[in-house]
Amino acid sequence: MTTMTIAKAINEGLRASLTNNPKSLLMGEDIGPLGGVYRVTDGLIKEFGADRVVDTPLAESGIVGTAIGLALRGYRPICEIQFDGFVFPGFNQITTQLAKMHSRSAGKLTVPVVIRIPYGGGIGSIEHHSESPEALFAHTAGLRIITPSNAHDAYWMIQQAVDCTDPVIFFEPKRRYWLKGEVDTENPGPASDPFQAHILREGSDATIVAYGPLVPVALAAAAAAQEDGHSVEVIDLRSISPIDFDTVTASVKKTGRLIVAHEAPTFGGIGGEIAARISERAFLHLEAPVIRVGGFHMPYPVAKVEEDYLPDIDKILEALDRSLAY
Amino acid sequence: MGATQLPTPGTNGAAVDQQVPSGCVLSDPAAEMIQLLGPDGKLGTDPVFSDYAKRLEPGQLRGFYADMAKVRRFDQEATALQRQGELALWVPLTGQEAAQIGSGRATQRQDYIFPTYREHGVALTRDVDLAELLKLFRGISNGGWDPTENNFHLYTLVLAAQTLHSVGYAMGIQRDQKLAEAGGSNEPKAAVVAYFGDGASSEGDVHESMVFAASYNAPVVFFCQNNHWAISVPTEVQTKVPLFNRAKGYGFPGIRVDGNDVIAVHAVTEWALEHAREGRGPVLIEAYTYRVGAHTTADDPTKYRDSAEEVAWRGKDPLDRLEKYLRSEGLADDAFFEEVRVDGDKLAAHVRSTTQSLTGPNIRESFAGVYAEPHPLVAEELAWFEEYSAGFEADDEEEAGNR
Repeated sequence: MTTMTIAKAINEGLRASLTNNPKSLLMGEDIGPLGGVYRVTDGLIKEFGADRVVDTPLAESGIVGTAIGLALRGYRPICEIQFDGFVFPGFNQITTQLAKMHSRSAGKLTVPVVIRIPYGGGIGSIEHHSESPEALFAHTAGLRIITPSNAHDAYWMIQQAVDCTDPVIFFEPKRRYWLKGEVDTENPGPASDPFQAHILREGSDATIVAYGPLVPVALAAAAAAQEDGHSVEVIDLRSISPIDFDTVTASVKKTGRLIVAHEAPTFGGIGGEIAARISERAFLHLEAPVIRVGGFHMPYPVAKVEEDYLPDIDKILEALDRSLAY
Repeated sequence: MGATQLPTPGTNGAAVDQQVPSGCVLSDPAAEMIQLLGPDGKLGTDPVFSDYAKRLEPGQLRGFYADMAKVRRFDQEATALQRQGELALWVPLTGQEAAQIGSGRATQRQDYIFPTYREHGVALTRDVDLAELLKLFRGISNGGWDPTENNFHLYTLVLAAQTLHSVGYAMGIQRDQKLAEAGGSNEPKAAVVAYFGDGASSEGDVHESMVFAASYNAPVVFFCQNNHWAISVPTEVQTKVPLFNRAKGYGFPGIRVDGNDVIAVHAVTEWALEHAREGRGPVLIEAYTYRVGAHTTADDPTKYRDSAEEVAWRGKDPLDRLEKYLRSEGLADDAFFEEVRVDGDKLAAHVRSTTQSLTGPNIRESFAGVYAEPHPLVAEELAWFEEYSAGFEADDEEEAGNR
């Protein structure tokens, strides 16, 4: 067991993937000698060479499109998109090509490409550097989407993404890159299935579902609620597509109340999908409507007001109060 | 075209790169087009490419003709099938047979082809069953054939997306060859051909694919069939310079070839593939040709172009000129052309009967193809569908019992 940041854990996970899979390779702009703008690929080019850590031209469609070609030739490319808001020039390749190659070929072709995207706000940056576009990808069949919230998951989930035969979008909670945690590099433990949600805190009065950057916020909200005498269960979703509805449903059947928190706008988002499914699966167990806590229906606002935009402990507690009032 | 306004290499005193064949420089496109077999059926010469043409055996030349005739006959049959409601849509290739057969026959088995959606002639050269190819157009598959069997990838309807796949695939070949050479293997070297049209040349993916190909010296041949019309929009709206000249800007050779001259297309493509396989990097070939028919069976060319243009291009027909050559050189006689006609009819009959028998599919196959690994949402929705369907079957049985 060692302690490391999420950024370092992804770095170590990538190192393990490159070591274990001779056909895996990293692609992206600035990922070579610079080690990525967040230094997630730091040192890897020195260790594995320029054929395995490919500093690409600045072209997102080019990065994803050539990764598809490499995958068709039997390679396992791991692409880095520098920031969430810059993935859209590659969106066409991801949604019309990467997601559909397997079904189009009736299973004859596989494209095991991983796309790493640092996402989410709270870093005080400028336009296009703080977005949460996960719902746009989740709506596309053929893609898998996962996001770790702690270092141990980060270490194992990136490797599982590389091992997966399907294309995986790996959303990295950039404002948590420096969050330290214990990593067991020998044994994944409960993290062995990257598509399974984890109950991080047991409770009996309500359930909060969160993922990626909001998991620490949800845990802090649950701790604050405990002081007010409310027992709140916290689920780290981990996988956005597919969603582990079994774990969420079982929790809601126990607690009767559900709050879903994510940074992305609530309209048309993952929270709405969870609310709808849980209403179908556990309607008679619900004591209150499922409440979503998320961003507003606006482009990600300027950094000086992002605190008002982002879900925080108080917003989650307000949602909890509304839920408990039913 | 603004070609005449462009700077001519060497006029500013700079040395001109002579490492590439003629036709690779910014200049008047008409003067720089590689042509060996003219519309009159006479074979001309070229300082570089005549050597390639000389390698061709009479049997190969007759084969080119047979291929072109076959695929034209196939095109007619598919168009008829679409008109009769057997196909949802058809994308005709008539006029482009030389560009496709010439380039396809220049590839070797180990090369990998990324077509767009009109490369029926290239498919023929790669031994793809043309009836399989119709599955896409019949609406029973989004693919239709196994791309790994003949190294002929599935058609791509999103313009230019495949040009990037081709570069990535070529980068994979580079890595494989490095490993193979380190291991002492002497497998034949491979290259990739990426097909696209003059319309697709406006897409950003073509630009990015050329940047990547140049940056990594990828063994890829970009084969642009300039058929002059992107549905109803002429080439002049896609580009202000001859398309082959764009290669210069990326730092690799670009060649314009008479796309209706199967001998020249074959020669130029062989040269480009050798160039790529030998590790000298990408090449752009612009096959200057013409789509005689509609873009697809859904459009009407009379609405956007002058029939005189079509008539002029019919005068440059790729089959006619090779027939003239074969006859004048005594390489083929009436019996040969009759045999080709009969073979074409046989192919058409095969395609017609196979198409009509292509039924299905079952939506369960669509569930199966979404992901390679098990997926709970797909499993849940399939289970729902089975239960839903079973409900109808139970109703039917009940109804039958009541009768």
